[in-house]
Amino acid sequence: MCLFQSIMNYFPEEVLEHVFDFLTSHRDRNAVSLVCKSWYSVERCSREKVFIGNCYAVNPERLIARFPRVRSLTLKGKPHFADFNLVPHDWGGYVYPWIEAMAKNGINLEELRLKRMVVSDESLELLAKSFPNFKSLVLVSCEGFTTDGLAAIASNCRYLRELDLQENEVDDRKGQWLSCFPDSCTSLVSLNFTCLKGEVNVAALERLVARCRNLKSLRLNHAVPLDVLQKILAQAPQLTDLGTGSFISDPDSETCAKLKNIMKKSKSIRTLSGFLDVNPRCLPAVYPVCTNLTSLNLSYAPGIYSTELTKLICHCEKLERLWILDTIGDKGLGVVASTCKELQELRVFPSDFYGVGNAAVTEEGLVAISAGCPKLNSILYFCQQMTNAALITVAKNCPNFIRFRLCTLDATVPDAVTNLPLDEGFGAIVQSCKGLKRLSISGLLTDQVFLYIGMYAEQLEMLSIAFAGDSDKGMLYVLNGCKKLKKLEIRDCPFGNAALLADVGKYETMRSLWMSSCEVTFGACKTLAEKMPRLNVEVFNEGEQIDGSPDGRHRVEKMYLYRTLVGPRSDAPDFVWTL
Amino acid sequence: MEKAAAVLENDDLKLRLGLPGTDEPEQQSSSSQVKNNKRSCAEMEIGSCQTGQEQESGAPATKAQVVGWPPVRSYRKNVLQQKRPESETGSGMFVKVSMDGAPYLRKIDLKFYKNYFDLLKALENMFKCTIGVYSEREGYNGSEYAPTYEDKDGDWMLVGDVPWEMFITSCKRLRIMKGSEARGLGCL
Repeated sequence: MCLFQSIMNYFPEEVLEHVFDFLTSHRDRNAVSLVCKSWYSVERCSREKVFIGNCYAVNPERLIARFPRVRSLTLKGKPHFADFNLVPHDWGGYVYPWIEAMAKNGINLEELRLKRMVVSDESLELLAKSFPNFKSLVLVSCEGFTTDGLAAIASNCRYLRELDLQENEVDDRKGQWLSCFPDSCTSLVSLNFTCLKGEVNVAALERLVARCRNLKSLRLNHAVPLDVLQKILAQAPQLTDLGTGSFISDPDSETCAKLKNIMKKSKSIRTLSGFLDVNPRCLPAVYPVCTNLTSLNLSYAPGIYSTELTKLICHCEKLERLWILDTIGDKGLGVVASTCKELQELRVFPSDFYGVGNAAVTEEGLVAISAGCPKLNSILYFCQQMTNAALITVAKNCPNFIRFRLCTLDATVPDAVTNLPLDEGFGAIVQSCKGLKRLSISGLLTDQVFLYIGMYAEQLEMLSIAFAGDSDKGMLYVLNGCKKLKKLEIRDCPFGNAALLADVGKYETMRSLWMSSCEVTFGACKTLAEKMPRLNVEVFNEGEQIDGSPDGRHRVEKMYLYRTLVGPRSDAPDFVWTL
Repeated sequence: MEKAAAVLENDDLKLRLGLPGTDEPEQQSSSSQVKNNKRSCAEMEIGSCQTGQEQESGAPATKAQVVGWPPVRSYRKNVLQQKRPESETGSGMFVKVSMDGAPYLRKIDLKFYKNYFDLLKALENMFKCTIGVYSEREGYNGSEYAPTYEDKDGDWMLVGDVPWEMFITSCKRLRIMKGSEARGLGCL
């Protein structure tokens, strides 16, 4: 080791830097920077892509100080449960300070990827005007901006390659943001505006597509009609990723016939999505493209019934990723199982949110998929019911799961056949799937399932729990057993102070812990915060009139704690108390 | 909220035998009630919401809906809420109704009815026939006609087996079969 060390020290820094160039994963680069001071120094000055999983774990100043040559920044804001309305509005996660700081310090930002952050039009305008080489903006589940902000991006980012808006809440001002792309803009490679609700200038869209010869990915919104889609496709045979707009037409019309012909020529399309508005009788137009598809997202297409779905899927033998609604039914999943032998990722979303008994999919569909698709490694499955026997079979058939998320529509439903808890089923999953990194469990569950998780889920990084367990033991099994745990989110479980305080050091090895509607008290949270200065322990008090110091025995409704290098944040709203 | 609930209760008591589309105001008030429910649900942090609409229609008693369960992103919920599967005309839940022997088909709006009783009475009135009473064992045995429907999977099912809410979302078209033909369906 000493010999190695001295040899390495003979190399000029440029050589080290060149070697580090081959390390693309931020985890590898983090590991490298821990080796010694000189490696830390070389690495930090050469790192161009920075990933920050919790925007409040550090701050913009530290980012810039450590990584002056950052070109691509990924930031995540709100906790995951914000997706399900559990985090109050105005909690935080503002991107503006980051953009402002980078602009002031002359950072050469080219890429910005944000998830669950609040993005104002002001931030977009500042972004657009401050970074002349800006190329790529990806916003996932963000909010706070309007189409005016998009207009600023379109107008000012001369070398824009990617504008990818996924599932954002955007205020559509019905302006002409798309027309703001100047005629000189020919660099677009990826454009996704599916989540926008308003009309776009279709003439401007057609011209934009015609002049961007490198456009590979185009996802339209529902306001773009079928005849425009057909014209666009004719101009862009090089597309590999298509999201349709409105897919409604008279199936006997010339438009539909033209579309089918164009689809035959679109040999490069590998990813298909859209169909929010759809006339299922027009679907055969896309069959020519299905043979080469590797990724298909029909989870926003409730207008396609089971029979038409399965007819479509029958053509998709190369499918690796499939996102659908549970309207496909168990029978339909059987068709998937027998057709899609290359399937790696499956997501089955609920079409009916009130659980009124629309028997959608059950354990049968899941078992069929596990038996038919040997390469399956990632699943999200919303189902009416489940059984231990089914889960045990699935575990045997598919030992390669990396992500396994099962969601029963009734949160505490027992095994549909035996009426027992689903502990054994999930136990089989964690025991068999040695590489499991992400797990979500549901149904009737006791402390036993957590014993299994703690014992077997050695690679587990993220765990989501709701309405499960009997006592603190459950949470303790997990905290003690899962050495690689990064994110733990718990709601409506009987876990309390004993579990929370048993191993306070553990939380510094994790990114975050969320607990809501559990048995944790204010006093315990305070104790934890006092013992661990490098954690922010946030407690949310909405609608509670508490004057002065609340009673330590008072149960806390929502608690979110995370490790941080920069202490309590300054932008927390009134109802968030950082203890 | 109370006012809107009272309107719904009154609607429950009225028998709807008229053709669909004649009672526009009530339909509008019930859809605005749905909106009210949703708004108040978003504001409530804990507790049940969105039980009003479904329970009033006679569906099996739904469990108290919990905030954030099932865990589906609001974006997805909002998008799909606006696009509940409807017939090709895109407004209301119009389905074709055919009757064996009748010269032409009719169309009715399933959303217009609150339960099977209302629907069957309306069909009897529309086609001047007797459909009779449903029983789980016998189906509509003993009556002249049996109402059947084509479901999402393309299968022909006997009307009345599943809860009303499930029926209206999965029914694609109706066919009133002659009793003699329907003999097989009733005794499964």
